[in-house]
Amino acid sequence: MCTVCGCGEDRLAGPGHEHGHDHHHHGHSHAHLHFGTGAAGVSVGDMSQARLIEIETDILAKNDAHALGNRRVLRALGAYAVNLVSSPGSGKTTLLVKTIGMMGDSPLAVIEGDQQTENDADRIRATGAPAVQVNTGKGCHLDGHMVGHAMDHLNLKPGSFLFIENVGNLVCPAAFDLGEDAKVAILSVTEGEDKPLKYPDMFTAAKLAILNKVDLAPYTDADLDAYEANLRRVNPLIEILRVSARTGEGMEAWVRWLKSRHAAKTLAKAG
Amino acid sequence: MHEMSLAEGIRQIVDDQAKAHGFSAVRVLRLEIGRFAGVEKEALAFCFDVVMRGGPAEGAILEMIDLPGRAMCCDCSTEVEIADRLDPCPLCGGGRLVPVAGDEMRVKDMEVV
Repeated sequence: MCTVCGCGEDRLAGPGHEHGHDHHHHGHSHAHLHFGTGAAGVSVGDMSQARLIEIETDILAKNDAHALGNRRVLRALGAYAVNLVSSPGSGKTTLLVKTIGMMGDSPLAVIEGDQQTENDADRIRATGAPAVQVNTGKGCHLDGHMVGHAMDHLNLKPGSFLFIENVGNLVCPAAFDLGEDAKVAILSVTEGEDKPLKYPDMFTAAKLAILNKVDLAPYTDADLDAYEANLRRVNPLIEILRVSARTGEGMEAWVRWLKSRHAAKTLAKAG
Repeated sequence: MHEMSLAEGIRQIVDDQAKAHGFSAVRVLRLEIGRFAGVEKEALAFCFDVVMRGGPAEGAILEMIDLPGRAMCCDCSTEVEIADRLDPCPLCGGGRLVPVAGDEMRVKDMEVV
């Protein structure tokens, strides 16, 4: 049963549902969640006098409540979660596969978000790491509710790293808090130096930008300094790492970043 | 950006408020939208009409109030108002600004019967 929202089965039944199992029973290792249904109908009593009701509620308040629930669960477990965001094709899944291979004994788990297919979770599971695939159906981003369900399936170990690979999209995921400790934006060197200027919201929300596929830079005339200048133009506080998941360049710095952030969170909790 | 999700969030708030306050219809619903919220207002208005169907806010007038964008300038350490997310600081011309307000997306109030 859902531990965060207590929602009904209807929210989990999505389109294109062709697996024979019930997606709402928990505990099977190849979890695969579908989302994408709309709001439910409602009927209410009748009143005749017009009146003004002050609301002052964030439109995404419900998402934020789910995110807060996720954050509490992660904190209680001493887990550290990153929300990996990027355009499609920036190399998120390859980066993740290589990262998992370098994390040593650290317990970790992965939530994979895509509109369709279980391909990415299959790639993660091939490394031996537990992974849940969330298919968002029509949705263009993961939300706090989906991630809460996925966390229920993962049975996170204390002190884990949780990697959440968001749907490849530089727009919508910026606004949806998942309960993560940090958003990490991945930008590959073939995407254009001005991409941070074109999609400022995501790079504003990110703590760290990974400039990926730097091994390709000599072949694409990419100006890595211009990438960094544009990232800092949008977000003066952003940290930047130059990485090639393929050659391994910069990967140790990325793993160090993860472990130092996790350690800082653990320290803050203890203090 | 994700106007359909936003409209569904509004619907959730309307439905919750209808249960809590016992009204049957919303005449006017007012939103506050920050300049940097990334909301395409025309798209949101379209999604609003679709998502409110069959509920208390079907046919309601949707009003959107703009809230200004504000940012802290890292060069002159002053909070300034800017019209565009990538505008330079109007005081010192610096280009290193951290947004501090303008990403609001709120339901302000509703006129109900």
